[in-house]
Amino acid sequence: MENPYLPYPVRIDDIITETEDRNLKTFKFIFLNPEDEEKFSYTPGQFAELSVPGKGEIPIGIASSPTEKGFVTFTINKVGLVTTHMHNMQKDDIMGIRGPLGNWYPWEEMEGKNVVIIGGGFAFTTLRSSIVYMLNPENRKRFKDITVVYGARSPGLLLYRDELAEWEKRDDINMHITVDGTDDPDWKYNVGFVPTITEEKITSADNAIAIVCGPPIMIKFTQPVLEKLGFPPERIILSLEMRMKCGIGICGRCNIGDQYVCKDGPVFSLAKLKQMPGEY
Amino acid sequence: MTLKLFTKEQWLTTLEGLKESYKIFVPVKDGDFHTFKELDERNKPDFDYQNTRMSPKSLVYPQSERMFEYTLDDNDPDAHIMKESEKDYSPRAIVGIRPCDAHAFQIVKLNFDNPEYRDPLWVKRFESTTLVGLGCNEPCPTCFCTSVGGGPFDEKGLDVIVFDLGETFLAKAITEKGEDFVNKAQGGSEADNTTLKAAEELSVSSLDKISVSVSTDKLKDKVINELFEAPFWDDVGFACINCGTCTYLCPTCWCFDIQDEVLGKEGDRIRNWDSCMFPLFTLHGSGHNPRDKKVQRVRQRFMHKLKYYVDKYDNGVQCSGCGRCVRYCPVNIDIREVAEIMNGYS
Repeated sequence: MENPYLPYPVRIDDIITETEDRNLKTFKFIFLNPEDEEKFSYTPGQFAELSVPGKGEIPIGIASSPTEKGFVTFTINKVGLVTTHMHNMQKDDIMGIRGPLGNWYPWEEMEGKNVVIIGGGFAFTTLRSSIVYMLNPENRKRFKDITVVYGARSPGLLLYRDELAEWEKRDDINMHITVDGTDDPDWKYNVGFVPTITEEKITSADNAIAIVCGPPIMIKFTQPVLEKLGFPPERIILSLEMRMKCGIGICGRCNIGDQYVCKDGPVFSLAKLKQMPGEY
Repeated sequence: MTLKLFTKEQWLTTLEGLKESYKIFVPVKDGDFHTFKELDERNKPDFDYQNTRMSPKSLVYPQSERMFEYTLDDNDPDAHIMKESEKDYSPRAIVGIRPCDAHAFQIVKLNFDNPEYRDPLWVKRFESTTLVGLGCNEPCPTCFCTSVGGGPFDEKGLDVIVFDLGETFLAKAITEKGEDFVNKAQGGSEADNTTLKAAEELSVSSLDKISVSVSTDKLKDKVINELFEAPFWDDVGFACINCGTCTYLCPTCWCFDIQDEVLGKEGDRIRNWDSCMFPLFTLHGSGHNPRDKKVQRVRQRFMHKLKYYVDKYDNGVQCSGCGRCVRYCPVNIDIREVAEIMNGYS
């Protein structure tokens, strides 16, 4: 019998400090056993339990795309016991990954549609995975226009800044990067909160599906903007967070009503969420 | 279906003999209460009991259980790599388990052994366990098994059922595992028709001794959000002190936590029973807590048992009617009353 609690051993291949407050680092992992990489076959939107022996496990969205082979990446915000420990780990240290877990963004439904991606702060990880996945030459033709609104409090708190700059230059993706405020005179992108920029830049909900990932306050104010634009709740897709342990719908803590965020989620449409108790 | 009749004295000798084939767990009087313990020189069975204070769920699903081991010693080539812990999955038998507690394993099985994931620790232990039930001649005043799909002599979930006929025990095999157990049981004699009739009558007459009936028939038709937002939760949870007694005693509560424990350079990953009554159960790293108020936690417990489970599995409620939470709740919160309120709410 397979043991779903047993992590695959991985080696830290690289650690990148993402933000100027040094609170977010991206970890690149390589599986010690190549066959484990095949078993860890994932779809953008899924997450995994990162396992640090002696400290514990944390559920984190997968930031790499399945089109990127040979490694997986996760961006970790320093918050608690495990994440703080991880921030002090070094290249070549050994730890574990368990997954992939949960559902994913509705890729089949998104085919042939305009895709609007709205992200805020450090919740941009699985959105990064999704963008890289869609921009892959083999996948790009499956989707129509791709539009991204991504905001952080300040320029130094944006994730994946090199990639953002590259995507800005491309003509097959519309980027709208924004910050809440900045004193940088050379800042060449938007200034304003994500909901405001969404209202300015997104002009139509026609044949479009919106994926929203961010802090609760951003989601709260973006939702009415999208509804005003004409997005029905079925086409507003959200990814939730919850305290988790098992990640496979057994340990009982991450439920919202009869849905487990770890197994039935973390991705829910707004339509589905409206049928669930507001306990998240 | 094999039947064997034992005198009560014989039964004890038989159980001693069965120790060759099984680890035998029996109800043992421990202070004011009974508890299941492994049969040995110190622990003698006492079958003259109503039910154990703690449910026997821990014999399949220990309160604290090692999942993995690892070393943090960097000189070891396997440092920081989790290894599955050695486990003893040799055959064991819980002798004297009440039918409600056996039914509880069936309720919980849907969680630990589902089409997507099988929890190997639970499944292997459950598969190696034979449940030898003792029918309830004298149900407690708090028992309501008959309202939730069980009964004092209900065979569902049992491998063997034993009838206490006063001077004798009649053992009846129900499943293949049960046949094995009864066949291995040395001694005993064939049961004559009078004995069988007495057993039959006992199981019928015990039904009348269950005084409480709880309605759960309308729960399935309710809308989750309507029950969730109903005004009665403040009243239901008002007296609750979130002590968690109900969840620890409950044979159908299955929630657990996973923790790492390290001594020197050697570590274990352990799972422990957890409780939805505790605020830490749902506290996010950010400090946000979706169930930070006690009324939300009380509601979670009852909604899980009486609505979410009902909707998810179409297998009735997540309760076997053992009545432990009713008996031991320090502030007298009664799941039977809550079920009535929920079932009658519109």
